[in-house]
Amino acid sequence: MSAPQKRARDEEKRPRVVEDDARLSRQAQERQRLELERTWANGRGFIAWLAETDHKVIGRRFIVTAFGYFTLGGILAALMRIQLAKPENTFLGPDLYNQIFTMHGTTMMFLFAVPVVLAMGVYLVPLMIGARGIAFPRMLAYGYWMFLFGGMFLYLMFFFNVGPDNGWFSYPPLAGPEYGYGKRADVWAQLITFTEVSGLVVATCLVVTIFKLRTPGMSLNRMPLFVWAMLIVSFMVIFAMPSIVISSTCLILDRLVSTHFFNQAEGGDPILWQHLFWFFGHPEVYIIFLPALGMMSEVIATFSRRSVFGYTEMILSMTATAFIGFGVWVHHMFATGLPQLGQSFFTAASIMIVIPTAIQIFNWIATIWTARRLQITVPFLYMASFFFVFIIGGLTGVMLASVPLDRQVHDTYFVVAHFHYVLIGGSTFPLLGGIYFWFPKMYGRMLDDRLGRISFWLLFAGFNLTFFPMHLLGLGGMPRRVYTYPAAMGWQGMNLLASVGAATIAVSLLVYLVNVVVSLRRGAVAGENPWGAATLEWATSSPPPSYNFSPQPTVASSEPLWHSELAPPPLVGLATDRREVLVTFLLDAEPDHRYEMPGPSLWPLLTAITTSIMFVWSIFNPWGVVWGSIPIFVTLTGWFWPTEKKERIKHGIHGRMRPSETLP
Amino acid sequence: MSAAPRVSHTLDVSPLPEYGFGHRSLLWWGTASMMVIEGMVFAMVIVSYVYLKGRAPHWPPSGPSPDLLWGSVNTAVLLASALPNQMAKKAAERFDLAGVRLWLAVCLAFALAFNIIRFIEFQHLNVRWDTNAYGSIVWLLIGLHTVHVLTDFLDSTVLAALMFIGPVDEHRFVDVSENALYWYFVVLTWLPIYAVVYFGSRVS
Repeated sequence: MSAPQKRARDEEKRPRVVEDDARLSRQAQERQRLELERTWANGRGFIAWLAETDHKVIGRRFIVTAFGYFTLGGILAALMRIQLAKPENTFLGPDLYNQIFTMHGTTMMFLFAVPVVLAMGVYLVPLMIGARGIAFPRMLAYGYWMFLFGGMFLYLMFFFNVGPDNGWFSYPPLAGPEYGYGKRADVWAQLITFTEVSGLVVATCLVVTIFKLRTPGMSLNRMPLFVWAMLIVSFMVIFAMPSIVISSTCLILDRLVSTHFFNQAEGGDPILWQHLFWFFGHPEVYIIFLPALGMMSEVIATFSRRSVFGYTEMILSMTATAFIGFGVWVHHMFATGLPQLGQSFFTAASIMIVIPTAIQIFNWIATIWTARRLQITVPFLYMASFFFVFIIGGLTGVMLASVPLDRQVHDTYFVVAHFHYVLIGGSTFPLLGGIYFWFPKMYGRMLDDRLGRISFWLLFAGFNLTFFPMHLLGLGGMPRRVYTYPAAMGWQGMNLLASVGAATIAVSLLVYLVNVVVSLRRGAVAGENPWGAATLEWATSSPPPSYNFSPQPTVASSEPLWHSELAPPPLVGLATDRREVLVTFLLDAEPDHRYEMPGPSLWPLLTAITTSIMFVWSIFNPWGVVWGSIPIFVTLTGWFWPTEKKERIKHGIHGRMRPSETLP
Repeated sequence: MSAAPRVSHTLDVSPLPEYGFGHRSLLWWGTASMMVIEGMVFAMVIVSYVYLKGRAPHWPPSGPSPDLLWGSVNTAVLLASALPNQMAKKAAERFDLAGVRLWLAVCLAFALAFNIIRFIEFQHLNVRWDTNAYGSIVWLLIGLHTVHVLTDFLDSTVLAALMFIGPVDEHRFVDVSENALYWYFVVLTWLPIYAVVYFGSRVS
């Protein structure tokens, strides 16, 4: 083909603006929606339920499952608070207590905090960027099943008294072959493998979706801040999780096939575990925290009726937090006796992270300050509480970053208080606010305002009642992870207060749950955009149809619903008889090509089952890795193999193909 | 739709093609993500190797370093496999089914040879995984790379089988192209691992 011919051909393959397009008439739109519904709906029945690949359905399941594990982790916390409510209590024995605090931490970090924020991204990101679906929907389904099975496996083992008992960080040598009896530490290590697989899969889906499926017009600098947060977090998952992949693998190898990674006697080093674990573990904190910041920005902007002050600075701050977050892991290890220079470096890095966080907080304050019309709704209350709760956690964080103070309160309740303020204040409060905010989109009905306010204030009071006294307990010398304490220590009053606070938290969450259950049936019908928000997820019905949008909107600003006067032309020309999405270029989201998404399939579930069998088998016999891989290979092949029916063969199977000449 | 009712013009994307190679395709980004994840895994193991080495008075703690012969032969095999790999990639990008079949088969032969030599390589490491921490980290490094070569061999076999007997459309050619990209990753990651395993214990 000659150069001009080629140019002419490329010219033909560009999108074009059509004036007075008849496809926008009401009848044409009606017809198109019916066709899209037929194409994208996954059908009814149990098998269809198992084969589901819609990001909204999977996202909702993910969120519900994560809250299921949150409830279990919360019950464990309540058991601990009952045990600690009075000195020398015999409600729980030391062995069970060890399992319970380990299960609590492991559940909250690996089965709740990370999955639930990623799940919010799974549900919201494709809607916010105006896409018909998520990239790699089947892989997403696989990620969900792995997450579900991992948690089930952990709790099943716990009920058989094989729950992990070495803390959520599982330090060797305590967790190594020498002291970690039985299968408990193996269960922990393998649970980590389940959640890693799930987390990495979801992060990959999100990155590719955000990079390649944004609707035309949504250049990177018009992306909603929540989408930016999810992009940054997904990258953090991709760079941080390999470290725990390696450390948990080494731990289980030490335990099962007698390697010596962490065995001092044979040249290994338990401190290596701590480095590998915290190189993941600290970024993990930001993985939990950054999506919450994204939610804060969306909610605060909506109820301030203006765009977030300093959009670019917000993005730069989140990015800076992500980068610095990889350079502070050693502050978890100050008590291990590292060189002075190392300690100073990590102190400096830990304090430096205050800067980007402060920039964001000041930007939000500026946004609220200059609000067009401020609405103090329940989601806004949750976000506002962040300023109080998280900042207390952040201040104790700055304190802990300094080595002398850290050495003094290391392994005391001061640290417990600090990280609950950071994690609950920095993530759970905004998350609960976010759920309240997006619930109408997900289920089509509003949550009840009065119950919402009651629940919020109970939670706020209960939270501070529970965790504030822990600062004082820690300064008074009460160590973490002890199942009881003698009456003579004088810790009784504060502990009782904390337990009363825990009961208050339980009541508040119960009210939240009642609110959800009642509103699902009787809540006010939400409509498309009940809060008057600016981003694209509010430009479709609540709950959105299986195909998300028809016609797919394009955008001309970062607040498309507040700038309808710009009126960018909607998108037409995607096939309606197959699940076609528009792939765009990374930076400016210019249209590139149309791409057919795979539909529902049982293979992700089957592959998750075979993978789970292999993981569990390997705990009991190292050869399980080899033999267990065969069914995985079979299911993966089945997954990959195209069926004639599904493929649209446009060319002969044999011979040289020239798609340019045969494509429509 | 907020603006739709008042707008009468549209952006018609129906003229666009139905596939794209390289960074235009979703699959390329998925593969890239996998490569970053696994590259990080290898990097963490190499860091651990250096960490353990730095703490040991002697490295290897006992016994000789790995024999150079088979590891080097295998490095040559792996580097040579880049040629058929590139041919397969190019054939896929011009939708040349016969070429894809031919070069995929050659690639498979290389991968098979590599796996066989790898088996011999393991026996010339001069240390077992349970001897000491040095043995553990060496076996982990090579073991992880072997898992990659094996899985790539198996999935290339499936892909080749598909190109011979299965229904083929443009997306399968994109698959071949991305599969070739992934093989490059397997080849390129071997080079630092080779340097660490075979020379990490020879230089002090």
